[in-house]
This record gives sequence, C-alpha cells and structure tokens, in this order.
Amino acid sequence: MDWTIWVEWLIKSLFVVFALLTGFAYLTLYERRALAKIQVRIGPNRAGWQGLLQPVADAVKLIFKEELTPAKADKLVFFWAPIITMVPSIVIAAVIPFGPTTTLFGRTIVFSVANINVGVLFLMAVASIAVYGIVLAGWSSNNKYAMLGGLRSSAQMISYELSLGLGFVTAILLGNSMNLHDIVDAQRNVWFAVVQPVGALIFMIVTLAEVNRAPFDMPEAEQELTAGYHSEYSGMKFALFFMAEYQKMIAISMIAATLFFGGYREFWFLKDTFLSVDAIWNIGPWQFQAWFLGPIYMLLKVVVLLFFMIWIRATWPRIRYDRLMSFGWKVLLPLSLAVVFISAVGVLVAQQFDNNWYLAIIPIFSSVAGLVAVGFVDQALRRKSYASH
Amino acid sequence: MTTAQIIFLVVAAVTLVSAFMVVTTRNLIHAALWLVATLFGVAVTYALLNANFLAVVQVVVYIGAIAILFIFAVMLTRKEMRDQGPQLNSAWWISALLAVLTFGGLVGMLWGWKGMDTLASEMPVGFDSVSALGDALISPNAFVLPFEVASVLLLAALVGAVYVAFNPRSGDSRK
Repeated sequence: MDWTIWVEWLIKSLFVVFALLTGFAYLTLYERRALAKIQVRIGPNRAGWQGLLQPVADAVKLIFKEELTPAKADKLVFFWAPIITMVPSIVIAAVIPFGPTTTLFGRTIVFSVANINVGVLFLMAVASIAVYGIVLAGWSSNNKYAMLGGLRSSAQMISYELSLGLGFVTAILLGNSMNLHDIVDAQRNVWFAVVQPVGALIFMIVTLAEVNRAPFDMPEAEQELTAGYHSEYSGMKFALFFMAEYQKMIAISMIAATLFFGGYREFWFLKDTFLSVDAIWNIGPWQFQAWFLGPIYMLLKVVVLLFFMIWIRATWPRIRYDRLMSFGWKVLLPLSLAVVFISAVGVLVAQQFDNNWYLAIIPIFSSVAGLVAVGFVDQALRRKSYASH
Repeated sequence: MTTAQIIFLVVAAVTLVSAFMVVTTRNLIHAALWLVATLFGVAVTYALLNANFLAVVQVVVYIGAIAILFIFAVMLTRKEMRDQGPQLNSAWWISALLAVLTFGGLVGMLWGWKGMDTLASEMPVGFDSVSALGDALISPNAFVLPFEVASVLLLAALVGAVYVAFNPRSGDSRK
C-alpha cells in the first residue's frame, strides 16, 4: 500500500465532510428563504447579499450563547448524546458515490469514500444507530417533555425503519447488487423511480419520518412538548442537534437520489451527448472523461429533493401521533411488502423471457397496489368522520 | 505482532470490559449502553474476520433493533433507573463454575486445532461473499432446511406475540 492511497482517501473524506458542513449552513438559509417565499414573506436578506452571510451570523450567535446542564441530568450521557447524533449523519455519506469510476494521474479513482460490497446495508446500519442520540438526549435531560420526545422518536423511527429497509430491498432487487456504484450503473438507461414509482414514493415518505421532518416531526412537536428531546440543550450542544438534522436531510436526499433517481448519472435526455458522465472531452491536446459532471448532477438532484422536503413543511400540518403509527404499520408496511413482491416477480419474469420490456409490469401492478392502499386510507378516514358525528 | 493482532487484542479487551460492565453497573440505561459497546466489539471482530455482511447485520439487528428495544422498555417501565437490590444471589458460585468450565473446555478443544496459529488466507479478488451466503441459504444442498425452519419459528413467535397482546374483552384492537 503506497502513500498516495492515503492522500486519495484524505481528499475524498475532506470533500464529503466539507460538502455536508457547508451544505448544512446554506440549507438553513435555503429553507428559510424558500419558506418565506411560500408564506409571502421576505425572509433573512440583511446579512450580506441576499442574506448569504446569515449562516455565519447564526453560528457566531450560537457559539457565544451560554450552555446549561440541568442539575439532575445524567452528565456523561447528556454530553455524549449530541455527539452520537452528529457522527452518524456524516458517516452515512461515506458509501455514497458522487462520480463515475475514472482514471486520473494514471490511477483508477472510485468516487466514494468507501466502495464496499454491502453499501446498502451499511446505510441501514448507520440509520439505525442514529436513533440513539435522540433517545439518550431525551432520557438524560431529566425532563418529562424531553423524555416523551425521546420515546416518541424511538417508536416512530423503529416503526418506519421497516418500510425504509424494504425500500432499500426494492432498489437492491432492481439493481441486482448491494453495491451503490452498481445500483447507479444499473440506472444508466432508466431511473428506478420510473420502474418502481410507488417504491420511490414510499421511500420519500419514510425518509421524512426518519429525519423527523414535518409532517412527521412528532419528537419536537412544540405545542405539546415545548421542543421535545432537545428542550434542555442550549448553545453549541443544541447547534449539534440542529446540524445533525439538516445533515441527515442532505444525506437522505443523496441516498434517495442514488437509489431511485440515477445518482451521479446524467438526466435521461442528456444520454450519449457530450454532457453525459461517460463522454470523452477533447480540449486542445487533452482528452479526458467528463467525470466532474457527476457531482454537479448529484447536487442538482439533491437540491430538488430538498425543495420537496421544504415545500411539504410549508404546506402540510403535523399528523396526529396515533395516525402516524397506524399509517406506518397498517398502510406503509403492507404496501412496501407488496411493492417488494411485485418488483421481485417483475425482475424474474424479465429474466425468464430475456426481455426488459416485461419490467413494465412492475409500475403497472405497483400503481394498482398503491391505489388500493389510498382507497383503504380514504375509507378508514370516512368511517372515522362519520363516527364522530 | 502484526497490526491485525494488535487491533484484535484492543477490540477483544474493550468487548470484555464492556461485557463485564453490563452485569456490574447499577444504572439500567448505562448497562444497556455497555451492552451496545459489547455488541459493537463483536461486529468489529466479524469485520476483522473479513465477514463484512455479518458485521453490518450485527449492527443492524442487535444494535439498531434489539438494544434500542431494551432501552425503550426500560424507559417506559422504570421510574427509578437505579437498581438497589443485591447483585448476586445464592447460586452465584454455580454460574461462575459453569462459566469457567465452559471457557476451559473451549480452550482445551481449540488448543490442538492447527488453525489456532495460522493466519487467515486473503480473500480472492472479486469474491462476492454476500451472494455466496445467499446461494448457501436457499440451496437444497446447503442450508435451506434450517433456514426455513428458523423462518417458521419466527413466524410462530410473531403470531404468539399478537395473541398475547390481543385483548379479547374489547374484541378489537382498535379503540
């Protein structure tokens, strides 16, 4: 093992960490400006041009704020909880590919920090560790609101993790691999969101619940729980929870883009043009692959997916807690099981007849399953509204 | 000593110390956290043995699901997190004896095994252990029968849990 591989790892890790940290800072500004536009306000636009320095001002404010530790808190766990929340939100990005494999300076470069064979499972493992920070923060604060927030979040995240796992299984089935590079390459011709639209939709709903975003932001429902699990946190410790939430939003959008929207690959209408990530560019004496378009396409897709998250927060009310749980267990879980089954059957039929057009049965049947689920929800809600009159 | 050996010794020491702390600490949540550390040590040991899939599954299943359910249950049921009662009962020496005998038996069995002092061979390049494992689990020549039996057992446990939780008086789990 020569020293250049260490340099390569260092550069890639720094790139991912800095992308997430600056992404977090500007995502807060993006969210506040977008929310303001939707609610016919102006939003922060005073610090710097169009408010571009607002994240810096927020950071300085948070650093100089006083930090309190409740007298009867469990000091050690109280200290570690924000760190345990923060670390998985960065580590999860380690397996996400952000460019095609290419040759640079005479060496083959793989554009992900760790190209492991069980990449999808790694995502699942890190996502399941993320629950700990919230639960421990809620418990160690020695505050009933915080404790209830922690309990709610653990119940919610465990319940929705099942459907999240089945969403991963759908992508594994269609991509025929657990390696994220292979999954992205399998979407060369058509995105998995087109092959399996219902699976992609379920995945997006479940990721909202996993990162505790509206309308599933039960753990911090301010009308009921003041601020939920981070009620007792202030200053930089609070900022760590804040950072973790926004970094999880970015990371989960990257994952959704990778699994269902073609990852770093170009949009379908740019295929085989000079804007494809496989294209070879000839500029003067140099000839090189357009690998640098990969991170740009990834960024575009992530920004669009993040906009959907912000849009949902601006327009939808919070769902009631018992309905949240019954939606997760009685609607999403059976539906995602059906979606996995339909995908598996479709892939097998296409293999059997050796014709990829047979994959068309996947979107047809899964759309039918999705409509049936919507019908059941509609019926249940009607029954409830009659019962109350 | 090679790097792998040093890493293994450190990981094993951390795992054992955490396992000891699980049974000695009086705070139940702390015990659950030490258990998480132990399970994580086991996951690292799997990773050192080139069993990537098992290592990740260990984290998903044990740390991500089972240990979090422990914490959840403790937080829901206990007001006071500290356990005040005695930590040993009168049969402690029998358990200690059994543990020592089991450990002695394992050491005695492995002493004569020639795999003890040979290094693990490198994995061949391009060897996909995940698909090999998947093939083995559904192949009639390998483990399909135990795999299916375990699935049926889990299904039975699931049905049993629903039966225990179901309240026949209300007639309906919906409120």
